[in-house]
Formats: sequence, structure tokens, C-alpha cells
Amino acid sequence: MKTTLTEIVMPQLAESLVSATIDKWLKKPGDTIDMYEPICEVLTDKVNAELPSTIRGTLRKILVGEGENVPVGTPICIIESEVLGSSESGDSGDAGTGTARFAAETSVANGQGSVQEEEGDTSMRHRYSPAVQQLAAQHGIVLASVKGTGLGGRITRKDVLAYAASGNTGTPAGAAPAQSINMDTKETVRTSGLHLTESPPFPAIEVENLQQGRSEYMIDVTPLRNTIARNMRQSVTEIPHAWTTIEVDVTNLVVLRNKLKDEFMKREGVNLTYLAFLLKAVVNAIKDYPIMNSVWAVDKIIVKRDINLSLAVGTEEGVWTPVIKHADQKNIAGLAREVDELARKTREGKLTMSDMQGGTFTINNTGSFGSILSYPIINYPQAAILTFESIVKRPVVINDMIAVRSMANLCLSLDHRILDGVICGRFLQRVKDNLEGFDLDTKLY
Amino acid sequence: MPVMEYIDAIRLAMKEEMERDEDVFVLGEDVGYKGGVFSTTKGLLEQFGEDRVMDTPLAESAIAGVAIGAAMYGMKPIAEMQYSDFMFPATNQIISEAAKIRYRSNNDWSCPIVIRAPIGGGVFGGLYHSQCPESVFFGTPGLKIVAPFRAYDAKGLLKAAVRDPDPVLFFENKKCYKLIVGDVPEDDYTVPIGEANVLREGDDITVISYSLPLHFILEAAEELEEEGITSHVLDLRTLQPLDKESILAAARRTGKVLIIHEDNKFGGIGGEVSAIIAEEMLFELDAPIMRLCGPDVPAMPINPPGEKFFMLNKDKVKEAMRQLALY
Repeated sequence: MKTTLTEIVMPQLAESLVSATIDKWLKKPGDTIDMYEPICEVLTDKVNAELPSTIRGTLRKILVGEGENVPVGTPICIIESEVLGSSESGDSGDAGTGTARFAAETSVANGQGSVQEEEGDTSMRHRYSPAVQQLAAQHGIVLASVKGTGLGGRITRKDVLAYAASGNTGTPAGAAPAQSINMDTKETVRTSGLHLTESPPFPAIEVENLQQGRSEYMIDVTPLRNTIARNMRQSVTEIPHAWTTIEVDVTNLVVLRNKLKDEFMKREGVNLTYLAFLLKAVVNAIKDYPIMNSVWAVDKIIVKRDINLSLAVGTEEGVWTPVIKHADQKNIAGLAREVDELARKTREGKLTMSDMQGGTFTINNTGSFGSILSYPIINYPQAAILTFESIVKRPVVINDMIAVRSMANLCLSLDHRILDGVICGRFLQRVKDNLEGFDLDTKLY
Repeated sequence: MPVMEYIDAIRLAMKEEMERDEDVFVLGEDVGYKGGVFSTTKGLLEQFGEDRVMDTPLAESAIAGVAIGAAMYGMKPIAEMQYSDFMFPATNQIISEAAKIRYRSNNDWSCPIVIRAPIGGGVFGGLYHSQCPESVFFGTPGLKIVAPFRAYDAKGLLKAAVRDPDPVLFFENKKCYKLIVGDVPEDDYTVPIGEANVLREGDDITVISYSLPLHFILEAAEELEEEGITSHVLDLRTLQPLDKESILAAARRTGKVLIIHEDNKFGGIGGEVSAIIAEEMLFELDAPIMRLCGPDVPAMPINPPGEKFFMLNKDKVKEAMRQLALY
């Protein structure tokens, strides 16, 4: 059985460690050593450790004595081990890939001598570098007469300088043998890095195909949805909401509207909605309770003089809140036209930034989609939001008699930092009074 | 002249600058009571106290941000990134704030910080302790970047960095800390930022490099001289701004240029050095500009053969130098 001698080297036991000291040998020459069996103890700045053998065999020689400090990578002992079947002792070592390749390509002519080179590869004989051409022109040298010592017989800058120094300038020597110029530059010429003669393979990453028709699917969040989400979250997280509701008897209003709506349609071309009346009722109530028209500013409350009513207008995609500016300066007909205009613009997607800005109080006509009670989220940073619920006919007790009346609920969410129950109760009561006060004598203009 | 380890030269530079100027202070992870994970700041806390040697939370963005704020207020902070690999959370602070404040404020404000960060592999550190991040910061005007390869330059450049009125990234090589020992004058000297240094003169090839690989290059040049190949070796020392005149002068010397760095080849410093030479002196080139760099793979392997493959060494450098010489 053949044997081979292997050097065990001082390993790098920790980051930034460059040397270590042998503290104690645990084995002596002649001892047999198993794989991973500790052979000595090592001391470093950072750790003290037992050094396991990386090979099975017999310790032949200790190269570094106890107490000696040696650099990482220094052989510390020699172990003799058996080789199975192999014939060579193969000092596998460090013949790096780059080294081997290079050695194969250039017949490693040590020193300057390149006599054999001329006989051999001359593929680069007529490829002149810019430096070579410039020097040749400068010194009046015919390059064909210069001996090339570079790779593939190439004339180097140094060759030209040496030729010039030898005084052979301006004397064209015998014509050089015609040789084909090797234009194939793909060979070794451009191979600069040792590592990078070939690209490392890209790791293939398997991406599982998302199977269709599972239990859920994705909808991209639109900018509108995103805006709604952000505003809603900001409102509920910053504003402490409270909620209250009141019931209004709008029987007289229903009668009034039914009387006027057809003519109004003819005259104005727009629908006379209950909402216009409600807006008027709210505006007048806000005039009496201006604190409803305010904004919380931490160390103060800002009360807005203008009453600009935001109107929640829903579509399939979402909800917008266009603003009726100076609602306090408009009569019922004007409000009706404005509501119609904003609703149309919203449906057609023609709202502008100025249509959306400056609201001070929001009204949501939730009754339009059948709701009888809702809990609205305040349109940040306003102080309150009011919903107008469905008008439904119900039996109601009036003067201890039961009557069928048209009833509707008004719901109010309020910023409890600014508003409390009493003021809101009074405000809602005022809205109620205003709505119930509409009768056949009410003027639209 | 005292002989000391590279890491001692860095520590000495900080100590001297803190003694010279009480606005200079040090902050970073474990720089205080532990004295740095590599012991770079050992003893500073004892000498200068907690107010000037501050242990920070593990938040590089905060380390850089606090340093930038202090610098704008008039202090001279030396911020330590424990490893340059950990520096990336601070890149926004460094690139968007430190580098730009002088420009952005029309010269009203400045940011005289030094950010020290150990670079480089070969220390069995794997992917989080071996990176060379210089190419990340290299393309940012407003930053200065230095990368010393020996103890003398480490002390001189760090002192120059502290006194510089603008942000300087000080990339010290962690493999050099204890491996490299050299003469370091005791007197108060600085190595000017922006000046490259010829380490060895020769006529066959020009080798341009910085940081650790220069040691391999100098060893290889010594051995190649016996084969009749003489090498002209230039240490860039400062990566930003590059010393163009010295680069061109060194390249002109032989017309054959090899650029070597451990940071990977694509997008590295070598590409810019090569472009400067190509732009300025095409007709003096005698060979294609060559580069020998770390491979373009995502990270330093942790397994020893992989790390060995990744790292440059004397043999790889020597082969590349010989190849260019023979061209």
C-alpha cells in the first residue's frame, strides 16, 4: 500500500487572526491519528482551541514546537497516510486555474530571451499598438525590421525603444516575410482577469406558477382607493368620533316638493331634490351654531366663517366629496342646481381640484341608497358629518293619535375634541326644526 | 522610528487628533467600553471619557446621522462602522446628506466627518464581514474616499481626514490590521488626500492598485524582477478624488497598465482608472488595459476553498503581471 505525506497547516481560527501559538502537542511522532482527532492545543489572541486532524494517518514529524508562534498557513506537522489505489502522491496544492491556463498558453520563456518565440507563434507579429506606431513614426522606424519579443511575436513599445537606441533608425531592412495578419482578437488578447475568463453561471431560481381559479384573487389598489383609504384611516385614528341621531318629520316637505318639482324641472332643467332642502336647513343651523363649522388645531379651534358644504357623492368605484362653496349665500334653487352640477361632474369624472377643496362640513345623502341609519366617518379635518337617511312612511303618535307620516333620520358623527352632546343635540334640533318648518309657503328663490 | 501594526497606527492617529482638538470625538458600536471589536479604539474611553467616546445603538443610519448633525454644528466626529458591510443602512445619510450639504446650502454649511469602515475579505468572514463597498460610494461627488495599505499611510491619511473640512470615508483593510507592520513616525505628520504614491519604479509594466492587494503586488514585483520584468507600482491611496496626473504619469511610464483591486471588476474603481487612461493617452498605450479583480459574484464565500478562490493572492497577481509583461 502506498503512502503519502500531508502537511497540516495552522488554520485561521478567527477573523482578523494572522498568527497563533502552539501551546501543547497532544500527539508525538509515531502516534496514529484518526480523522478529526485533536493533535495539539493552539493559543491565539482570541481563542484557545484544540486542533483536529484533517486526515487519518501517522504523525511523522512535528515542525513547530510548543510555545512557538507561527503565521496562519504555516505547516506545523507532517502526517503520513495511506493512499487507496492511486499511484501519485499528487501534491494537489495550489496550481490555481489561472496559473495552469496561462502556462499552457505561453511557453513561459523566462527572461527576455525570445529566440524560440520567433519560430513559433507569430499571430501578433503585425498588430501594432498605438504606442508602437507613435514611436516608430517619431523615430522613422520601419516596423517590419524590428524584432518582436511580445506575445505572438508582437513588437512591444520596449522593442521599438531598444531598436531606436541601437541607432537603426530610418534604414528599412529587408522586407519581412509576408504573413497573414491574425484578425481574430477573440483569443487570449482581451483576457485580463484571471477569474473572469468565463462568466459565472447564473443561479436558476424556480418561481412557482400561481395557479388560477383559487379561492381568492387580487385587485390593484387605484389611486382613488388609496386616497380614500388614507383619508379614512387618518380620520378615525386622529379624531375621536362620537355619534348621535335624530328623527325628523318631513311630511310637509314631501308635500311641498311634490307640488313644485315638475315645474322646477321645466324651469330649471334639474331635479328638485330633498337634499337641496336639507342643505338649506343645515346651513341655517350652522349659522346659529358656528362651532359646527370648525377644525381642531391642537392648541386652538379654528372656526371657519365661510360655510362650504362637502357633499359625499358615490359611484361604483368610490366616493368623492365635491364642495358647494359659500352655501350660506345660496337659496334652495341655487343649491339644487349646484347639487345637480357636482353630481354630474362626479359621474363624468370631470371634477377639478378646486371643486374638491375648502369644505368645512360634510353632508352625505345616504338615503339615496336606501339606508335608514348610518355611522359616517368625519371628512378630515372637519368637525362633523351629517347623513340624511331614507324618507319612510311610518305610524307616528301625534297628540295621542296615530298618524301616518313621512319620517327620516339624520345621523351626525362629531369630533368629540371640539363638540359635545349638548351642542350637537341643539344643532340637530335646529336642523330638525328647519326641515319641519318647510311648508307650502316656503320660497325656493 | 517606531514599528507598529496597521491597527495601532489607526488608533494612534485618533488619539493624537483627539488630544490636538477637543472637537474630535469617536462614536460607533462598541467603540467605548469594549474598545472596538478589533480593538481599534482601545484605551480611548479611558483617556477621553464617555462624552468623547460614545457607544451607540446598533443603527448605522443613526451613527452617521448623529455624526453629520454634530459636524454641521462644528464638531469633528469620527464615526465607526463596525464592518463596512454594515454601512449600507447609513448610505442615505452619507450620500444624500453628508456629501451634499455644502453644495445644497451654497457653501453656508459643511460636514467635516470621518467615517471609518473596515473593508475586505480573507478573514473567514463570509458575506457580512468581507465586502468592499467602495464602488457604492465612489460615484458620489462631495465625498472623499481614502484606502491606506500600510501603517504609515493609515496614520497620515486618518489625521488628514479628521482635519479635512468635508466628509471623508476612511476604508481601512481589516486583513491588514495585524498582518501589516511598518514604520510609523512619532511626529505629527499627515498624508495629503488626493495624492497617489509610487511604491516601486519599473519599465515593463505599470500596476495600479490600493489597499491590501498592494502587498501581493510588491512581493510579486520583487520575484518578477528576478525574471527580468520590472514593475512600476502606483498606490492610489485616495479613491475620490483620483489623482489623475499620477495615474497618467505612471501609465505613460510603460504603456502597459494592470489595475488590481479586491472589489469586484464590474463597476469598480478600475473601470474609472482605465477610462481616464483611455481618454487621455490612447497613443501611448502598448497593450490593452488589464484588470485583475474579485469575481463578479454576489458575495465572499464562507467555505475556505471558495474564499481562497475569491481572494487575490501573490500568485494570481504575479501571473497577471507576467501575462501583461509578455504581451
